[in-house]
Amino acid sequence: MFAAAAAALLVAMAMALVRAVAGPTVYDRILAVNAIGTKTLLMIAVVGFLTRRPEFLDIALVYALINFIGTVAVTKFVKHRHLGHPANLNGEGEL
Amino acid sequence: MRHALSLFLILFGLWLIMSGHYLGWLVALGAASAALTVWIARRLEAIDHEGHPLHLAWRGMPYWGWLLVEIVKSNIDVARAILSSPAAIDPSVFKIKAGQRDELGWAVHANSITLTPGTVTMAIDADGTFTVHALTRASRQGVESGEMDRRVSRLMGEA
Amino acid sequence: MIAGLLDMASWGLVLAGSLVILVGTLGLLRLPDLFTRLHGTGMTDTMGAGLLVLGMLLQTTDWLIAVKLVLILVFLAITSPTTSHALASAALYGGLTPWRLSDRKDEP
Repeated sequence: MFAAAAAALLVAMAMALVRAVAGPTVYDRILAVNAIGTKTLLMIAVVGFLTRRPEFLDIALVYALINFIGTVAVTKFVKHRHLGHPANLNGEGEL
Repeated sequence: MRHALSLFLILFGLWLIMSGHYLGWLVALGAASAALTVWIARRLEAIDHEGHPLHLAWRGMPYWGWLLVEIVKSNIDVARAILSSPAAIDPSVFKIKAGQRDELGWAVHANSITLTPGTVTMAIDADGTFTVHALTRASRQGVESGEMDRRVSRLMGEA
Repeated sequence: MIAGLLDMASWGLVLAGSLVILVGTLGLLRLPDLFTRLHGTGMTDTMGAGLLVLGMLLQTTDWLIAVKLVLILVFLAITSPTTSHALASAALYGGLTPWRLSDRKDEP
């Protein structure tokens, strides 16, 4: 059963990879990479159950956080061309 | 101070659950790292009722249940739209006025809109006007009916 | 008997979750522009991950593992709308205009 889920996740990752390569805008690529990251984290959990090694869940949790921070950081960099750029002129930060 | 203490307890509880080790000096290390995180959060000025709105977690139970049902319903809607695309989609951008008073209420409302597939909050103005992107006509009507707005207002009023 | 029933329910949930993930990713491929594609990934992040994790929850008896599985869902529920909103606002800021039904002729 988990093998079927892992196969479905692999197919979905390949589909998202097509979108990441095809683009056409940089935002589509970021979205596709984020989607691949979500599927990877589910994949890690599924493989953990498949091989009966639930410690994998810790890695999945860390992956969820890194995936989020990475996506937001890249999005902010693309938006402002700078990671320390304030969103408003009054200096308030925004994602 | 109350918020700092509750943040420490949450972080330490999380540490205990995640580690699964309960030896004396390891637990002390966990407490130390939780304390360090609280200190950093204080320096970031991230500790207030918005930082970890725990009061919403328990009193909002009926709301979270309703949101879950909405997510399932809109998932089915979006799945149907994707499978029969491009005939079934009719994307539109529209503005709604959020009825909540403070930014925490706006954040809960905007995130609820985004969490239900089919609608994404694209921008929030300073006066609480949301710019929302909807995938289908049904998902647009779902947001425009104001049901979610009323429920979030009630949730924020209770809390 | 009960174990078999739980096993079947978990089967169904995992397969349904996989299906939702596939459909959501299909949306990522088929829908016409970034803003509509966001809804496709939204499906994967909410119901796809939810059903898959629920199916895994039924397979475990260790409460530590169960808590971690639920935590994955909680993280996803917080991070997924945040990234969606960040991407949508960045794309708006970057000058992308949302696709309308009247633009359909331009699409292949």
